[in-house]
This record gives sequence, structure tokens and C-alpha cells, in this order.
Amino acid sequence: MTLTATAPARTTRPPAPLRRRLARLSPYAYVAPFFTLFAAFGLFPLLYTAYVSLYRVELQTPGQMEWRGLGNYTALFGDEYFWTALRNTFAIGVISTVPQLMMALGLAHLLNYKLRGRTLFRVTMLLPYATSVAAATLVFAQLFGRDFGLINYLLGLVGIHPVDWQSGTVASQIAVSTIVTWRWTGYNALIYLAGMQSIPADLYEAAELDGASRWRQFLHVTLPGLRPTILFTIVVSTIGATQLFGEPLLFEGSVSGGISHQYQTLGLYMYEQGWGFFHLGRAAAVAWVMFLLIVLLVLVNTALARRRSGKETKR
Amino acid sequence: MPISRAARRATLRLGAVALAGALLAACGSGSSGSSASDGGKVTLTVDLFGTFGFKEAGLYAEYEKLHPNVTIKESSTEQENDYWKALQTRLAGGGGLADIQGIEVGRIAAVTQQQADKFEDLNAFGAKGRKNDYSPAKWAAATAADGRTLGLGTDVGPEAICYRTDLFKKAGLPTDRDELAKKWSTWDGYLALGKQYQAKAGSKSHWIDSVGSLYSLMIGQQKERYYDDSGKLVYKDSPAVKAAWDTSVKAAEEGLSAKLRQWTPGWNQAFSSGSFATIGCPAWMLGYIKGQAGNGGQGKWDVAPLPGGVAGNWGGSYLAIPKGSPHAKEAYELIKWLTAAPQQEKLFKKQGSFPSSLGAIEAVKDVRDAYFSNAPTGEIFGKAAETSPVQVLGVHDGDVTQQITDALNEVEQKGTSAGTAWSHAEKGIENAVG
Repeated sequence: MTLTATAPARTTRPPAPLRRRLARLSPYAYVAPFFTLFAAFGLFPLLYTAYVSLYRVELQTPGQMEWRGLGNYTALFGDEYFWTALRNTFAIGVISTVPQLMMALGLAHLLNYKLRGRTLFRVTMLLPYATSVAAATLVFAQLFGRDFGLINYLLGLVGIHPVDWQSGTVASQIAVSTIVTWRWTGYNALIYLAGMQSIPADLYEAAELDGASRWRQFLHVTLPGLRPTILFTIVVSTIGATQLFGEPLLFEGSVSGGISHQYQTLGLYMYEQGWGFFHLGRAAAVAWVMFLLIVLLVLVNTALARRRSGKETKR
Repeated sequence: MPISRAARRATLRLGAVALAGALLAACGSGSSGSSASDGGKVTLTVDLFGTFGFKEAGLYAEYEKLHPNVTIKESSTEQENDYWKALQTRLAGGGGLADIQGIEVGRIAAVTQQQADKFEDLNAFGAKGRKNDYSPAKWAAATAADGRTLGLGTDVGPEAICYRTDLFKKAGLPTDRDELAKKWSTWDGYLALGKQYQAKAGSKSHWIDSVGSLYSLMIGQQKERYYDDSGKLVYKDSPAVKAAWDTSVKAAEEGLSAKLRQWTPGWNQAFSSGSFATIGCPAWMLGYIKGQAGNGGQGKWDVAPLPGGVAGNWGGSYLAIPKGSPHAKEAYELIKWLTAAPQQEKLFKKQGSFPSSLGAIEAVKDVRDAYFSNAPTGEIFGKAAETSPVQVLGVHDGDVTQQITDALNEVEQKGTSAGTAWSHAEKGIENAVG
């Protein structure tokens, strides 16, 4: 690089074409840092993981690699707990994402009105997002305690029997989803809010002149205007839900996601294989399956969105 | 928009510098070395799990006074499972290791059989001379097939039962430890007394903390459990595992358990709240109870010998030095001192971790523990340590216990049938051994 940079000083060749060539190259130099880093920390690990997933590798003896071919993958698909983890990931994904995005939409709509202390509310919304996963999860784990938790105490006041938020399948999934929802609702609300503010005000004025109620305005002006934003949050939340890891791990500090794997997500299943049982090859196979799954989900999301907007334009 | 020649050259150069910087950053390797030394000063790092009690018993402070050039820094992880995971990751990555690492007895076989190359041979520092300080079994477990000694023993885990005298009194049960020992001379007797307690105590308090701990206690009484002498995994057909499993399931079905999973926050809170009246008590549990129940628990607890007529052992540890420690020699000096008889004796008196050094066992014979209603802990645990079986250890001991106790927790917390839970345990073990 330094060589080329000092090259223009030479006088033997006509300077103009070289300079032009360099100018053509310079954008690549600008993007090179990102792609160099991406190659080192993104692409290489990805390919190396694929390579490792074909071997039997144990963390205790990482030097001894034993060829297994697709053995890790067949073992994976034959493992009942993998399917449990897959099911849990979807269940927790739905329980956390759907209410989360709906609540975020509602909150953003409210914050879009002229309110006193609007900035304060907006900042407050972002606070959970700024909290560390570990701290939030540990606090929620206390709240959801079976014997001494605040939530069960409150339920007791209205005469509901204590719920076992740890070992109940649905209960534990709701508990874990609550943590996710709490952390991300504000973040999504702010994104929606930004989207709403880019919708031209005259659209609302026109709607109001036509006698549309607030609710109708929301349905027919806000929602269509927000479509790209909503698509973005859905894609990001889907990826997040597929990779969910910190909350279920720290909820009880169990790598198996509870005594009967009731809230073990795919991320946690991978961690259990790799760092609970030290089977790095198996863990690498899980990682690749997760990667392909996410790619698939994103493609489905985009295809759905494209079909919808295609219909929209035909109308 | 035309850009001046100089400016363009400057931007180009900037791009080159940025790229070089990024490459440098990418290549920069993390510096290793957990401890720093300047002049004659040495900082030794000690990484442990649970409650070893060295710091609490003032042993580090004493050592630092004896060796003014040494500073000791301890870090500790509450759950051995988490600790072991982190240790394995660091051993594989070769960074972040402490000068001294604690190893639990359930993992020592994995160290001697699979990772002997990753730890210092303590014989090279003169550990051989310590051999006669220990029982042959404690010494042999930390020795690799080729004779390298990879760890020096700290404590052992002779078993007893700890119980709450105040709760016993309320339920109309006898509180005298000798009388209780007679009543629960068998495990059936222990469960029968539990039923009696449960009938009086209602739903707020239970006989035991968790059936997982009952299982661990019972399996500690056995010589052969998961592996046979040849190193084959035989847990499926082991009568010892079956007996302990069946009794634990029975206790769960009779509602004698507080359904707490050991080492969880809920379990910790229950020590002071009185959610359970008895708990399986390897000697190191004494220190844990003191830590969790605090001053409020003083005098409410007592210790009585184990049911079942046979002594048992649950846990116990070693201290080892990972290869690559810059202060291996100084670390060995510290290990040697910490595991010597006088220090083990002090540790038992202050914390309750029972000595593995024969000299210290002899010295603590008459020790009583004021916190535990003045129970003759030296005598109770000493007897148990003397007669507890020499266990056959295997690489996956820790994993097997974990999977089986998880399955038992499933029985007591979710009401899963014993058969289904056992099949879950088998599947989990298959996965872990895989």
C-alpha cells in the first residue's frame, strides 16, 4: 500500500493515467479494513467451523481430530434434545417477539403524540436495552422464584397458586420470554418512532380532512408507511430469537435449559454440546445448522414481504 | 467536484495507514500471564470453586506474613460445573489460567487420564516426600499411570447428616444425635422418620432439601458405581445406582423433599428459611451452611452420623499447577504449605472442610463445632473418613452424577414417572460421553 501511495512521485511515466488508476482503486482501500476484519473474524471462523463439524474433536484433547464425515450431523438429527431445543427456540421466539413488536408499535404510536416530558419517556424506553443481559436475567430469576419470588407472592395475593416458573414447560418459557420482551420492547419502539416521524404530516392532515379517526389513521397511514421498518424489526428479532442464549443460560445457570430441557434454546444446546460436554465437533455442527436455519428464515421473511408489497403495487 | 492532487494523495495514504492499522490490530496476540512480578515480589493466583475456605480461615494472610514477597489473589466460582467448564476452555486455549487450580475428586480421573500433559508433575518439586502424609487412595487418585503426581489433596468429603434441631423440636422429634443415629440406622428408618416429620410440618417445611442430594449421599457409600475396575462405564447395571435411585424416587413420591435443586439461588435461600429439616452433609457442607445460614443459624443446626450402616464420601479436592505458570516453584511452595497437616487442621476447625492428611485427621479427633450445637464433628467425620469405601473413579463421574440428579429433580419437580426420567438420564449420559 505504501508503495503505491508514494508511486506518483516517479516522473518516468506519464502521471495522469496512473493517478486515475489509483483513484479508481481508492474505494477498495476504504472498504478493505472492514473486509479484512470480516475475513479474519467472520468468514474464516465460519469456514473453519464447517471443517471442525466433520470431525470428532473434544475440548480436553483439541489436538486429536478424528474424521467423522457427516456423523456429527446424523447424531444431531437423531438426538431428541435437538428437536426439543428447536421447538423451544420457536416457541420462545413467538412468545417473545409477537407481543414485543405489537407493544413496541403501540408505545411508539403514543410517543408520537405531543406529550409533556416526551424526551424523558423516550430515554426511559431505551434503558432496559442498555442493561446487561446478565444483570437483567439475574434480577428476573429472583422475581420468578418459586418459593420466595415477588411474582408468585403477588399471584398469591389474588388467590392464585404459586407457579413453578423454573420447571414448568410453558411457565418457564413465558418467564424467559418476559426477560427478552422487557429488554427489547423499548428499542423496537424507538425504531418505529423514527419510522413514524418520516411519514409526511400532510398524509395525516389529508386523512383527517376526509374524517378518518385516529385508529383509521393508524391503520391506513401509519402502518403502510412503516412497512419497511416493520420488516426490518421482524428480521432482526427473528435472528435474535434464533440465537437466544444469555437469558435461558443465566435463568437458572443450567446449560441444559432446566431439568428436562424445557427452555433450552438452540444456542444453549450448542453451548451444552461444546462447553458442557466438550464435544466441539458436535457443537460446530449445531452452529452450522443454526446458520442455515437463520438464512432460511430471513429468505422466507423477505419473500413474504416481497409478495405483499407486490400485491400492494398491483392494486 | 475536483479534488486537489495533494488532498487525493493524502487520502490515499490515509487509506493505507488505516488498512495497516487494521491488519496490525487483527494480528495482535493477547498477552498471557496471569501474574506479574517485579523485583522479588510474586503474585500467585489461585482459582477455586465452591468454598475451599483458605481465605475465610485466614490462611492466605498467614502465608503472606511468612513470605512477605508473596501476594495471593483468589478467585472462586460457586458451582463446580461452571468452574470446570471455564478451566477446560482455558486449558484448551492456553490462557487465563491461574498459578494454582483446584480439581474436584469427580474430575481427577479426567486429569490423570486425559490431561496429564497440561499440569506440572509435582514430584519434580519434591512432592514424593508427601506421599505418606495421605491415605494410599487419596494419593493414587491424583497420580497418572506413568507415576506423575498432578495434584496434592486438600480435603475429603466424609458424609453425615446435618439437621435443624429447632424444626425437629417443633415437629416433636427427638433432637439427640445418638438417638437419631439409632433411629435412622437404615435408609428406610430415615425415610420413616421423614414421614413422621412431614405429617407435622405441613407444606412449608420438608424433610430433605432435594432428592438429588439424597442420591449423591447414598452413591457416596458405594465402592463401585459408574465405572468398573477396567474403566468401563457400567452405571446402567450397577445395583448401587439402582438402590440409590429407587430410594430417592420413593422419597420424592412420598413428598419428603423441598424440591430444591442444589446450587441454585432458591436452594441457597432455603438454608435460612427452614424449608428443609435435614440435608446430606459431607464435611465441606458445614462451611457452606455457615455461609448461607449466617449468624442466625448458630446453634440451630446439629450433625449426626449417616444412615445405612456404611460410611460414605462425597467430594473432596486437589490443588494442581497448570503447565506454563511463570511461578510454578512458588506455587508449589504455597500448595505444600496449604495442604500440610497444621493448615488442614486449622481449616477444619474454622470452616469444616475435613482433612485428607493423616496427621491432621489424628489431630482433629476431639474437635467440636460450636455452630453445630457443639457436635463432635472431629469424631463423626473422622470415623466416616476412616471407613468410607475407596471409590472407583472414571473420566465422566461428574457428568453421570449431574445427569442422574437432574432426572431425579424432574421426578420431584415435574412429577415425571421414574421410568421416563431414567431414560432421560441415560440419554443425557449418552450425549455427555458421546
